[in-house]
Amino acid sequence: MSEPAVIEVQGLCMAFGSNVIQRDLDFRVERGDIFVIMGGSGCGKSTLLRHLLGLLRPASGDILYSGESFVRASQDRRAAMRRRWGITYQSGGLFSAMTLGQNIALPLQLYTRYSAGEIRDIVDYKLSLVGLGGYQDYLPAQISGGMRKRGALARAIALDPEILFFDEPSAGLDPISSRLLDELILQLKESLGATVVMVTHELDSIFAIATNSVYLDAASRTRIAGGDPRWLRDHSEQPVVRQFLSRELAPAGDAQSE
Amino acid sequence: MTGNAPSFAIEAVAGEGEGAIALQLAGDWVQGQTVPGFGALRDQLAGRELSQLQLQADDLGDWDSLLMAFLLQCHNYCREREIDLDTHGLPANARQLLAVATSVAPHQPPARRQQHWWQAGNPLRVLRAVRGDLRESLGFFGDICIGLARLCAGRANTRWADFRHFCYQAGPNAFAIISLTSVLVGMILAYLGAVQLQQFGAGVYVADLVVIGMLREMGVLMTAVVMAGRTGAAYAAQLGTMQTNDEIDAITTLGVSPVEFLVLPRLLALVVMMPLLVIYANLLGMLGGAIVSGGLGISMLQYISQAQEAIAVSHITVGLVKSVIFAVLIAIAGCRSGLYSGRSSAAVGQAATEAVVTALIYLIVADAAINIFFQHVEFW
Repeated sequence: MSEPAVIEVQGLCMAFGSNVIQRDLDFRVERGDIFVIMGGSGCGKSTLLRHLLGLLRPASGDILYSGESFVRASQDRRAAMRRRWGITYQSGGLFSAMTLGQNIALPLQLYTRYSAGEIRDIVDYKLSLVGLGGYQDYLPAQISGGMRKRGALARAIALDPEILFFDEPSAGLDPISSRLLDELILQLKESLGATVVMVTHELDSIFAIATNSVYLDAASRTRIAGGDPRWLRDHSEQPVVRQFLSRELAPAGDAQSE
Repeated sequence: MTGNAPSFAIEAVAGEGEGAIALQLAGDWVQGQTVPGFGALRDQLAGRELSQLQLQADDLGDWDSLLMAFLLQCHNYCREREIDLDTHGLPANARQLLAVATSVAPHQPPARRQQHWWQAGNPLRVLRAVRGDLRESLGFFGDICIGLARLCAGRANTRWADFRHFCYQAGPNAFAIISLTSVLVGMILAYLGAVQLQQFGAGVYVADLVVIGMLREMGVLMTAVVMAGRTGAAYAAQLGTMQTNDEIDAITTLGVSPVEFLVLPRLLALVVMMPLLVIYANLLGMLGGAIVSGGLGISMLQYISQAQEAIAVSHITVGLVKSVIFAVLIAIAGCRSGLYSGRSSAAVGQAATEAVVTALIYLIVADAAINIFFQHVEFW
């Protein structure tokens, strides 16, 4: 093994009290991957993402970033690791009390030594990257849902992160905007040289950009497949995964036997 | 109302053996008709050894969701008892709807222990809940102390622009309501005292009562109550909404402590503004007392000279000490409720309510404790 994986999950078990969501998760995310977390509704995709982000504490198991445990890291070390991430949340997660420009300036003010003028220029540039040039002074409530998603993306890339996390980036967007967002993610990822981890069940996005994936099964509560989604669609041993990826209904007999 | 009354009838199916029964549905199963309930059918089927139930709809007229609801109950009844339900006699669209409705088995919620109303008041259970609450509050208080220490060391991510904003919200914006309440409280104190004191011919001492009452007790307590309802609830609602909007998560994953970023500016703003508001409230309270005293025949000069004698540094100090402690309590109650709020609109409302109720309880308990303390050290 030459280089440690960007993210490595070892035997992760997620639970709320005695209610186990997923157990024995093992997978690796390599540098440059666009890694998709897939699965039916309620299988724990967003919960897995929240564990990866350190917002929830695993019941057992470990999560390693570049070979370093995040679960056991000290507070300061965690903060340092988090600085290399960019994240957008399901509802965007923009600070509603601040303008778009202030939102994007915040990470820059916190973690860089740029002067106020430089920060203003960088904010301009990041907003232009996501097609929102000129919207600095708008509050998140004053722009549309799709623009908020892009605004959140601009904040996520403010610090030129090494890992980008997206929670359902294209949910609730029309097909064209969703397609544009996919392309934007792909372009940003390539030019930043970042690794992308996203939760989504938009098949179009999955096939368009994903290079690696993990499929969480709600019934058996664990990972039942992983790898390139296109390959999984045609060759997975798990009928559930093939059906999910080809948008097929389970044959009547299968559904009963479950 | 037209149409035939809906009904059903059961009859044995010829040539199919003992267990097969046909269910004849007839009439208009629509809104406005008295539809037979499923219970009636269950009563008729009780005690029979069934193997198959055939649905037949030869005389069925119009139908709507009422029929489908009835059929779904038939389906569930048959599924539980492993009876074969034959739906071929139904109209095609009704069959299809039934198939869609029954394609996913109903979710079986995990057995939950039923809670009776008398258990809700069980003292042990209440104690356990209070203990959990207290532990959370203490943990939160600890987080705040760590945040303050980091702030003093210059390492905290607290934004002074936020602090100024919250100072403005908690201070100047509250002037109007504080003015109203403190003038009235001063007047109330004066009325209350004057009636009693005049019986002894000691009416002029009403000034002492108002001054000491306002400075030590009522000025600060009324201000705190108003601020708990005004600012404490606002803090809880702000942070609760941020929670539902993923903003708290966003702050945490930016590597910033929500306590430093969100709680400290609010807390410090309240701690700075409360003593100022209390001084203002005390002045207006004494003014209120003066107005009433004037009405009761005590001259303004008498009132002022008597009040001057009553004012002591100790009274002012007690009021100000209380105001700082109350400010901390209100901010903690508000921010904690908001930060740990659930992620729904109902949860945010609950957080705001909880913030005010907790703050009021903290205020009363703390006030009593502080009074006892000052009594014992004879700080009078």
